[in-house]
Amino acid sequence: MDVVNLVLQLFDATIRVSVPLLLAALAGLYSERSGVFDIGLEGKMLAGAFAGASTAAVTGSAWLGMLAAVAISVFFALVHGFASITHRGNQIVSGVAINFIAAGSTVILGQAWFSQGGRTPSLVADARFNAITLPFADTLREVPLVGPIYSELVSGHSLIAYVAFLMVPFTWWVLFRTRFGLRLRAVGENPAAVDTAGISVAWLRYRAVICTGVLTGLAGTYLAVSQNAGFVKDMTAGKGFIALAALIFAKWRPVPAMFACLLFGFLDAFAIRFQGIALPMIGKVPVQLMQALPYILTVILLAGFIGKAIPPKAGGVAYVKER
Amino acid sequence: MSAPYAKLPAWADFGLIPLINLIVAFLVAGLVVLLVGESPIEAAGLLLKGAFGSGSGIGYTLYYATSFIFTGLAVAVAFHCGLFNIGGEGQAYVGGLGVALVCLTFDGLLPWWLNFLLAIAGCAAIGAIWAMIPGWLQAKRGSHIVITTIMFNFIAASLMVYLLVGALKPPGSMAPQTRTFLPDAHLPKLNWLIEMFGFSVRSTPLNLSFILALVMAVVVWALIWRTKLGYEIRTMGFSPKAARYAGIKEARIIVITMAISGALAGMMALNPVMGDQHRLQLDFVTGAGFVGIAVALMGRSHPAGIVPAAILFGMLYQGGAEISFVMPHISRDMIVIIQGLVILFAGALEHMFRPAVQAAFASLSPRAVGIDAEAKGEGA
Repeated sequence: MDVVNLVLQLFDATIRVSVPLLLAALAGLYSERSGVFDIGLEGKMLAGAFAGASTAAVTGSAWLGMLAAVAISVFFALVHGFASITHRGNQIVSGVAINFIAAGSTVILGQAWFSQGGRTPSLVADARFNAITLPFADTLREVPLVGPIYSELVSGHSLIAYVAFLMVPFTWWVLFRTRFGLRLRAVGENPAAVDTAGISVAWLRYRAVICTGVLTGLAGTYLAVSQNAGFVKDMTAGKGFIALAALIFAKWRPVPAMFACLLFGFLDAFAIRFQGIALPMIGKVPVQLMQALPYILTVILLAGFIGKAIPPKAGGVAYVKER
Repeated sequence: MSAPYAKLPAWADFGLIPLINLIVAFLVAGLVVLLVGESPIEAAGLLLKGAFGSGSGIGYTLYYATSFIFTGLAVAVAFHCGLFNIGGEGQAYVGGLGVALVCLTFDGLLPWWLNFLLAIAGCAAIGAIWAMIPGWLQAKRGSHIVITTIMFNFIAASLMVYLLVGALKPPGSMAPQTRTFLPDAHLPKLNWLIEMFGFSVRSTPLNLSFILALVMAVVVWALIWRTKLGYEIRTMGFSPKAARYAGIKEARIIVITMAISGALAGMMALNPVMGDQHRLQLDFVTGAGFVGIAVALMGRSHPAGIVPAAILFGMLYQGGAEISFVMPHISRDMIVIIQGLVILFAGALEHMFRPAVQAAFASLSPRAVGIDAEAKGEGA
């Protein structure tokens, strides 16, 4: 029974750390599928986390926090769009810029407003998205096998976590079953064809980056208003880049992106849980190796040694109408 | 494409437009200072005073600038080949390993100048290898260099933590750092250089690697504009198709360019590790690799622009410390914002003000602008 509990705890932790990765990866999916590379996921998530935590702290409302987080993330997404769609600037450069602006301004404003060394005040329980106990979770606990899985693993996450996992089928549906999704994918592969059909490439790409902004805002909210009780300097700590890695690992598809995020989340949870413990057969795995594994796996995948990750064809290229 | 950007005189193209972009970046930064409730003009005054008001201030400014010259040159060399090396941070970090291995092995055995030469070779070699792998993967396996170099930054960070809490840490010590190098593995300070200009200097970390950085700037200039390899690199960056047609081996040039870029980034480690701290510590790069991106963009990838841009950022780093004494709300993170704004306006939005400038020029003297068909190839 002990082993079962251990495994359940491990999977539970996996889900928790995967949620922000998943939201950020899906965010990147919309943008990159439309042909706008976005390495500014990290920055948007950080800005969202800060806006969410400070608004929730001031107003005492988690929902207003979420609104502010989404608004500020969308704003940064639009800056990225303005630079890379309207002014045909380099999308990578723009993403790098947004990461820095977010990293610097969250600390400066946090210090100026709250004077706690870049932190925001600790949120009380009412100002956070708390764990939801699903119906029957307590009554079913005693049922063998299914009970603990339902009550420990499925139940007891915050609202945003459920939204994140529901976003996976929703994104799949939007991308592959709606007209908007078809056009979004087309504009990432062959914008000239979309233009010829009389559809505005720029407007379509702007809508895609807005979707990205909304989802990174949710990811930031989860970090600062649900998983933690407030914002801490640099709290995204590279999660935006792991999400990007997961997105590439999933070859820009929503359902595999979920599994990639769960895999990377599992590595993280595993590294924390078994830090410094010698495993049978393998011996003591250095925690740094576990932390680097998502990045190493992505490099290997990108190099085409396990399958081939082919990005959207028009990704990273600004569209020039008359050519 | 029908001339989206008509031709401007060279001084406007390489002087006026970058200057406008830079001014806008600083104006927006000033807005942030206002938002925090301080006076931007007062902050700018403090910044200048902190950076250039005293001999020590100048020493620190140039010390920071040294690191940024190396990383700026690294990014610029890759830019010339059309590659975006975002991994300067990681390459500099592992470069520190090269410096430390040389210093830990040979201090107490060799004179400082031999240690210096060996350390240059060590950090350049490790930095080059760390950049060559993404280069090779891009050239041979088609993986995107931006993504791979980002991943290599994280891998470098994990690797260095692993080494610094393990093999490199002296037994019995708790701090994640190597032992302090013996004095013959310290670089000579350059305080006399500042004293030459009539300032009194107590102690600054400015060291010999500043001279090396200036030498490397000249070397990079000569390499890019005066050698066959440089010509091939620029051809690749301008048009990979033309390069292929001309018989230039694409893969070879990419790998070599990345190796040079990584070597330059790796050399950055000399400045803090051998010049100032005299031991290898966690996170000694502190973002200098990323500042290199802003420096290269601001300096338009030319050494003559990179050196002043690096000094400007050195000034921001040193002056920023001064500001935070007087204005507690403005910490050094202000520089991260400025860095981001410079990258945004001088990089991603570099063409934003071009139409307006062109309109102004056209209304002044239509003929001088040559509005008709002189399309420059840089629009796309």
